[in-house]
Formats: sequence, structure tokens, C-alpha cells
Amino acid sequence: MLTVAPESGAGCQEGAIRHWSRAAIVGTLDVDMSTSVPMPLGGDPPGASSGPRVVHAAGSGTSGARAGTSAVAVGVAAAVEVESLSKHYGEVEAVKAVSFSVLTGEVFAFLGPNGAGKSTTIKMLCTLARPTAGRASVAGFDVERQPKAVRRHIGLVFQDQTLDDQLTAEENLRFHAVLYGVSHEQVAERIDRVLRLVALQDRRADLVSTFSGGMARRLEIARGMLHTPAVLFLDEPTVGLDPQTRALMWDDVLRMRDEEGVTIFLTTHYMDEAENADRIAIIDYGSIVALDTPDALKRQVGSDTVELVTADDAAAGARLASAGFQVSSGGDGLVVFAENGESQVARLVETAGVAVRNVHVHRPTLDDVFLHYTGRQIRETPADRSVGRSMRARMARRR
Amino acid sequence: MTDRAAPLVPVTVDQLSWPLRLRFGVSDALALTWRDLLVWSRVPMFLIFSIVQPVMFVLLFRYVFGGAIPVRVPGGYVDYLMPGIIAQSAAFASFGTAISLAREMQRGVIDRFRSMPMARSAVLLGRLVADTLRMILTVLVIMIVGYAVGFRFQNGWVPALVMMVLAVVFGLAVCTVSAFVGLALRDEESVGSFGLIWLFPLTFVSAAFVPVTSMPGWLQAFAINQPVTIVIEEMRSLALGGPLALHAWQSAVWLVGLVVVFVPLAVRAYRRPS
Repeated sequence: MLTVAPESGAGCQEGAIRHWSRAAIVGTLDVDMSTSVPMPLGGDPPGASSGPRVVHAAGSGTSGARAGTSAVAVGVAAAVEVESLSKHYGEVEAVKAVSFSVLTGEVFAFLGPNGAGKSTTIKMLCTLARPTAGRASVAGFDVERQPKAVRRHIGLVFQDQTLDDQLTAEENLRFHAVLYGVSHEQVAERIDRVLRLVALQDRRADLVSTFSGGMARRLEIARGMLHTPAVLFLDEPTVGLDPQTRALMWDDVLRMRDEEGVTIFLTTHYMDEAENADRIAIIDYGSIVALDTPDALKRQVGSDTVELVTADDAAAGARLASAGFQVSSGGDGLVVFAENGESQVARLVETAGVAVRNVHVHRPTLDDVFLHYTGRQIRETPADRSVGRSMRARMARRR
Repeated sequence: MTDRAAPLVPVTVDQLSWPLRLRFGVSDALALTWRDLLVWSRVPMFLIFSIVQPVMFVLLFRYVFGGAIPVRVPGGYVDYLMPGIIAQSAAFASFGTAISLAREMQRGVIDRFRSMPMARSAVLLGRLVADTLRMILTVLVIMIVGYAVGFRFQNGWVPALVMMVLAVVFGLAVCTVSAFVGLALRDEESVGSFGLIWLFPLTFVSAAFVPVTSMPGWLQAFAINQPVTIVIEEMRSLALGGPLALHAWQSAVWLVGLVVVFVPLAVRAYRRPS
């Protein structure tokens, strides 16, 4: 059932529209999941197997109506649907017939090296580039046939900063609110809320030119959320940020997902960041080579390995093999393949029957996954790896 | 119950009536104007420098070159000069339009606007409104400086007011060309190099500073028939008295023609993906 939602009260005559904000002029879509449930490629998405069977999607009510409490049920409907989407620039195929779905409320990451087609895909989904072939919808609206409706329902944060340096944080947000048609009554409330979400409420009156790069990026994310979009697109949101700021930014993003119910679609070439996503699509040379949850992707690559350095590797290897473990000799000791390696360490040491001098459990990483599917690694600098370790620790604490 | 792949949307922003779209378009444009004015208020040097240059021209031509240029107008060279300087200043003010749009295109700000549900023409319109206000300020300051160095209107205040309006409209028409240049080149440095090149022959090979009769015959043909001369001759007639009709309709044709040609071109350049 489709309805037109006024800011308050009933009625949907166009003559009354002048009293509404632009954000009020949207459709409300009821979906019976028993008939049409777009499923993503790859494994089960979080929450896909349960939840309400009818969902009000695609931005019901005013821009402010979704503030604080999302009308979109989490994890049951596709916020983004892409079918055989391609983009050619002359002879160059930047994106080659990619297909995937992103569920409402998901944090979905596009992982790939520079030039893989991540940003081009985002541009097509945000109506900034016209697809050469295929189709895509965002928040239920076709990107080619209903571009304005798509624009109404998305927030977009680019790699490069696009704030006005000579305006204050609040002025930047207010300017954005006018362009999105957020009603006057809701502007102040939304500005307060998004500034709180990124912990910049104390800097609202300061010029953006006085902000650090990280603060400016977080303000951009707040700006992207001001009009309560259904989907927030973040294109390489943490490039150039220091470890602490990257972690803070991720705190902000996950808080927005949790509190506002927004679907997050981000691109990154940082493995460690991709770990925070509910699902990851690995894209290389314009094609999606794998799509699943981080854990499932790692499982596809292989089990954990436990490296053992013992007083007598030959004897230990024989005992472990006779106990049913798959064992091979490594450079300095034995390598045992085991599911949930950490939980098996005590048993392995006991079974080895000799003195164990060193134990190291290695879990497959997204580096291994990327290597497995593409035959090469995403090149990261030592600084990136340091940032990744710091962020992993912080995100682990948050969980 | 419906299929999400093909949602039925009876009323969306894509389907608004014309009056509503116009209202939102104006609202978007004014928001962009407000942003520009706010930025200028924080960086007053931009406004000051954009006014200093034409003031320098007034002083240079009044006191350095003016004595060597014979003209036949009631108040001498300063009266001949001022309409030309005002028109030139209004035209040169369009450089700011090109630079600003190219910078925003380069920084991705225009792409951000394109990802928003705002009117396509709003970015251009908002910029033009802000630049018009800047141009009015520039013209007023030049008029004050002109009066300080001896210029006087000879034809009454109403024609004087019409002359200033014509100068601003002329500047606005040139701004549409500059907007196209800025949006098409998309690079601040390229615009910085190219931005005024096309304006120099138009403003200097014209009746702005010297009578066209002093030029070689082959150059006169261009100088007499190009829009800057036509508009300046009309401004001069308004300021000092003289025949109005011929240059009035020629000016109108040129100004409307520039806007009709270059506004769609600029909007098209705006829509072109980066």
C-alpha cells in the first residue's frame, strides 16, 4: 500500500503540499515478505531469517519522522538492490555486471584496491553516474527512473571534504537542511541530535576551518545523517585519518546504525575496517569475487592453524596424526589445522606428549581472503597496519 | 502488498507540480546565495580586492592615460571613461563566478549538490544572485570614486539609474558565460589562466576607453559590432545624453542572447558527471 504522508494530520491533496516540507512528499511502502524477499548473494544476512513480515520502508513520514526512531524494520528488506550493473568509460569496463543486495539496517562494505570499481558503483547508486547496463534501486526507488526520490533517501559522504570552511558547524548543517527541505520546526532538533551523535555539540559555533581533519570528517557524516536518510553511503570515509579518529568515526557510524536504523554502505581498502561490517563484498577489476559475512569469508578460506614448536616434532607429529589431527611440518615446527584453534590448544599440547616450547594460533584474516580470491594482496602501508591493530582493539572493547 | 523491485509511488519529488518545483528551486538558490554572502562576510578581503581593481583602473585612466586620449564629450575624458570602466568592472567581476564554480567542481562540492534532491539550476542561480549583489556593490563604489575624480551624470538621475541597472544586467549576462567556462573547465588553475583572456579583447577592443574611430579600419568593424561596445555606447548615452534607440535594442538582443545560450550550456556542464 502506498500513501502520501503529510507532516501532520491526514490528507494528500497536492494543494496542501505547500504546507509540508519536501521531505514529507514520499511514499510509504508495505512489503509482504512472504512473496518477495530479495536475498543477498552469499550467506545469510543478519536477521534475515526472522522479524516482521510487513515493513514500512523507503522513508515513511517526514524527514523528522524518522529522527530517533526509524520506521524501517532492521534486517528484513533490501535497502539497496543491484542487478547486473555495469559501467563502461569508453573501452574501460569500470564495473562489470555486479549483482548484490544490501539489507535494511546492515553495515555493508565494498572492499577492494584503488581502481577496483568501488567509487563508480557508489556513484551509480547515488545517481551521480548513469549505468551502462543493469538496474539498481535504493530505498525502493530506481536510480535511473526515480533519481530525485533516490537522492531524497540517501546521505553521501565523499572521500574529499566538501564542507564550507568559512561556515560554522551549525551553519553547514543548517544550509544542508534547507537544501533537503527539512521543516523549520525540525531543523534545530535534528542539528542537536546529529551533533550529539558525533560528539561535536560543543563545537557547533566554531568555524570548520578550525576543525581537525577527523572532526571535519565526522561533521560530514553528521551532515549526511541530518535528513534521516534510509541509506548512508560513505566513500572511503577514513582515508587520511589517524588511528584514534578512525576508531571514533567507526563508533559514530555504528551508533547511527543502532540509534537511527540507517543502512550503511561504505567502501574501503582497509581490511581492518571491513571487519566491522555485517557483510563484505570483495570487488576486484570491476567484479564482485566474494560476498559474505567476515567470519564466513574467512571460513571459506580455511580453518585455523596452530603452530607448535616442540622438543621432538617428529614424535609429536606422529601422536597428533594418530589422534586424527591434520598435521604438516612448518619451518620451525608443526602446523596443525583445527577448527576454533584457540579452544583446542590445551588438547593439542596434551596429545603431543612432549615438551611444547611455543604455540601460535593463526586465524584466517581478510588479507588471506583477498589473497585467496584475487591472487594478490591489497597493499597497505605499515602505518595502515598499525592503525588497524589499534582499531581492532578499540572495536573489540566496544563490542 | 507489492514487489519492492517495482515500487508504486503515486507522489514523489519527481512528480511535483511546476509551481512547487519553482518554489523549491528558488528556495534552493537563495540558500546557496545565503551561503556565499556568509562566506564573503567572513572573508571580506575577497570583496575588497574585487573592488580595488576597478578603482585602480579609474585612477590610472583618469590621471595617467586620460590626458593622451582626445574625446568629444561634454565633461571631458572622465565622463567618457566612467561608463566604460563600469561596464568593464561588471564584466571582470564575472571572473569570480568562474573561479568559484571551478573550485567547487574540483573539490567535489558540485557532485555533492548533484547527489541531493535540489533543482539543477539552483547552483547556477544562487551563484548569479550572489554575484549580482557583489556587482551592485562594485558599481556603487566605482560611481562614488568616479564622482570624486570629476565624473558627473549629464542626463538626469533616472537615466543614470537605468545606466547602472544596464551595467549590472550586462555583468550578469557575462557571468553566465563565465559560469559555463568555470563548469566546463572544472579546474581552478585553468580558469585562473583562461578566465579573463576572452574578456580582454572584448573590453579593450571596444569603446570602453578610446573612441573606436582611433582604431585601424579592420579592427573597427569588430569593435563597433561587438556587444561590449554596443552596451557601453548605450550606457554612455544614458549617462551623458544622446540617441538611445539603436543601441538599446541591440543591447537587449545581445544580453538576452547571451543568457539564452549560456545558461542552458552552464546547466548542462553542471549535470555532466565529473
